[in-house]
Amino acid sequence: MPIAHIMASGMTGLRAGGDLVARMELSKSMRIKEAKEYVAKKVGVDPIDLSDEYAMRDVREELGLGVITSVPNAPKGIAAKMNIEKVLDTKIKCCDTFRNQLKK
Amino acid sequence: MAAEYALRMGDGKRVFMSKEKIKEEAIAGAGHAVDYGSIPDLSCDEIDKIIEICIMPGKSVSVEIGMEVPVTHDIGTIRLDGDQGNSGVGIPSSRLIGMMMHERAFGADTMELGHIDYSYKAVKPIVFQECQAMEVAQQNMIVPLFYGAMPNMGLYYTPDGPYENPGDLLKAFKLDEAFASMEKSAAHLTRDIVWIMQKLYASGADGINLDTTGAAGDADAYAALNAVKALREEFPDMYIEVGMAGENIIGMHGMLEFEGTVLAGLWPHQQVALAEKAGANVFGPVVNTNTSRSFPWNLARAITFIKECSKVSKIPLHVDVGMGVGGIPMFETPPFDAVTRASKALVEMTGVDGL
Repeated sequence: MPIAHIMASGMTGLRAGGDLVARMELSKSMRIKEAKEYVAKKVGVDPIDLSDEYAMRDVREELGLGVITSVPNAPKGIAAKMNIEKVLDTKIKCCDTFRNQLKK
Repeated sequence: MAAEYALRMGDGKRVFMSKEKIKEEAIAGAGHAVDYGSIPDLSCDEIDKIIEICIMPGKSVSVEIGMEVPVTHDIGTIRLDGDQGNSGVGIPSSRLIGMMMHERAFGADTMELGHIDYSYKAVKPIVFQECQAMEVAQQNMIVPLFYGAMPNMGLYYTPDGPYENPGDLLKAFKLDEAFASMEKSAAHLTRDIVWIMQKLYASGADGINLDTTGAAGDADAYAALNAVKALREEFPDMYIEVGMAGENIIGMHGMLEFEGTVLAGLWPHQQVALAEKAGANVFGPVVNTNTSRSFPWNLARAITFIKECSKVSKIPLHVDVGMGVGGIPMFETPPFDAVTRASKALVEMTGVDGL
């Protein structure tokens, strides 16, 4: 059933830009229109492109935001999230935790 | 003979209905929400749109391009490795594998880590195990990752918990004792949720998902809202999602208030204001499915409630569309045709920000 919702209405996460829009709803309580416009401006696309796998694949690769396939040497996990922090100008808790664990 | 369209009852059984019958059901369902919630009715155009979605020829339907929304997931990865008690499919896998499968294979916009019991009380004795799992997950995941569980205040009552069961006390007309038991349980639950999330946030959780808030009545909702308020005060950047258990907060206690508002009897458009006040980032409103009524009746009723909730809300809404809520049939494997129609209708017609 959750897959049915993802296919019918979802933004398909890393396949396109769903996780980025979700982050702005969750971190800044932006409603959908504002969240899409904010993310679109930050990554340099039109809001409609945020659900377009074709448009977002190159954007994610170029900005290091993580992609759905296992590309060697591409940022994954926390490295990709550190890039998301910079691009979206937002804080991500686990990135802070990670940075604080590094020795000065 | 008029053409008939394959639709569903609220329990998922297939039924065939004419266009006129679908219209009649949709008008009645919307009217039911209007009567119960004292909210505005749907327009004729909106009823027509519901009919249009119901009679679309494909088995599955989807939103128009550009109208997609992020999807959050109650219970998350447990649906893969969990047992039937959590509607899980019993695939032997780890929670990390489940989360990564949702992210990389299923296209999930967000995910969550949760204990198999999926109740905060059960997490308390093993919280550091959960912290360890969260740390490993956050190293690997990219999508926002919550820690999720239910307030499930029933676990604080005898025989499972330390406080006398208010159901037993109410039956014995010991009203003051019953109210006191609920109040003590609520305070205990608030402390537990806050304590657990202090640990998990320190381990890198993006935030908390409170699933099925209010399941044990108004005291359950009271505990959850107070936990949200405390967490927001301590952690201004924590992602907080509050999903409800039902469309109406049941007044087991009846006199509990949050920020000056009595909780008992609140409908989704009234609940959301309290979630905002408490400090939630996202609210998950519920409209229950009536198994004896048709899909168009339930869908129109859900749209009427959620549309009003969306209109008054200042925070994003991720409407609950699991089994038996949001127009979805009350069935463990809800039919695909009904799920996608409810999905499309709620997103396109109510202005919600996610599912």
